[in-house]
Amino acid sequence: MAHSEEDILAGLAEIVNDETGLPADAVQKDKSFTDDLDIDSLSMMTIVTLAEEKFEVRIPDEEVKNLNTVGDAVSFIAQAQA
Amino acid sequence: MTKPTLAQPTPVLGSRILAVGGSRGSELVPNDDIVGPINSSDEWIQQRTGIRTRARAATGVTIKDLAVDAANDALDKAGLTGSDLDAVLVSTVTHFEQTPSLATIVTDAIGATPAPAYDVSAACAGYCYGIAQADALVRAGTAENVLVIGVEKMSDFIDPTDRTISFLLGDGAGAAVVGRSDTPGIGPTVWGSDGSQSSVIYQTHSWLDYRREELGEPVPETPETAEEVSQMTTPTLRQLGPTVFKWVISSMPNIARRAVDAAGLQLEDIDVFIPHQANMRITDQLLKLIKFREDIVVGRDIADTGNTSAASIPLATERLLREGQAKGGDIALQIGFGAGLAYAAQVVVLP
Repeated sequence: MAHSEEDILAGLAEIVNDETGLPADAVQKDKSFTDDLDIDSLSMMTIVTLAEEKFEVRIPDEEVKNLNTVGDAVSFIAQAQA
Repeated sequence: MTKPTLAQPTPVLGSRILAVGGSRGSELVPNDDIVGPINSSDEWIQQRTGIRTRARAATGVTIKDLAVDAANDALDKAGLTGSDLDAVLVSTVTHFEQTPSLATIVTDAIGATPAPAYDVSAACAGYCYGIAQADALVRAGTAENVLVIGVEKMSDFIDPTDRTISFLLGDGAGAAVVGRSDTPGIGPTVWGSDGSQSSVIYQTHSWLDYRREELGEPVPETPETAEEVSQMTTPTLRQLGPTVFKWVISSMPNIARRAVDAAGLQLEDIDVFIPHQANMRITDQLLKLIKFREDIVVGRDIADTGNTSAASIPLATERLLREGQAKGGDIALQIGFGAGLAYAAQVVVLP
């Protein structure tokens, strides 16, 4: 069953919290992974890998660099699962 | 008239690692000494890799010297000499002669001639590939004692201006003697490869292209190597770091669990985890994903020795045993992964 964008955001927030310790409510759609959340390239790959498993989607490596904000990731996952 | 039946040696029930030896490059090079050409910092390298220093061989020390030192250390600990060996396998990607193999040279230097000797090319999975082979040779009755060496002198292969992999790499050798055992001391190896990802960790261009350039012959350019070939420096290593990281954390936990399962054990039976020392962040993420027992002992030799490719697992093992963090009889899961992409995991009883 497809996840709603709200579900995806909540799920991503949980993954980011587990990886970085940032409070889940800091993970908002307008936040930049690198500039606002201070997530480096390896942590980003962890988040992507866990998101792939959680939402049963494939996020190609070459796509990861386009996921600047949390909102970009939510949109990509929402479309990828459709 | 019936054809005669061929004879074969009688298989034995098990093999085990009798001893593990090691030899590290004697120069511990701190991050501050290498950050200049890559415009980096000690803090950045420690945060991204967990590396404080990497062991590099002193001037004049060769890959053969490192391998022989580790081999003699392992033989001493096993109470054996070279003449007790029935085969010698050397895993390496930094022996810069196409032939003869490094294994034959080392075999002679440790007094093991005329033991059969050959090199294995499986990069960072090379030691686990060697252990898989040694286990099979011993259990089949083909050999009684097999020496497995993982050795690299990465400093002969690196590019100081490379920001992708060179700054991680160190020099060293680890060696294990594998012999017979009444009960299995080496579990089944879960291994594999994926050559479709051969450009994820790669050599910039081939030695053949380099030779053609030197001779003024036309060098065939391919899209993958065009940029490097046009600069035509000595071939060296590169990797797509985040891609490798993702491959490892998404694929290796399952390989690790399958190796434990293949040995007929549960994850909670594993006392020691010895992953290839690629990057401390990879080790930490694997720990998080595989979910071992809380008191698991973990090989973290990379912090001081750096990533020594095929040598990293036996060196981490040697250190855990020498420092008393692990002891003989402990059950360890070892897993190697790297260029190829090639990988291998097996459960072993520590000597």
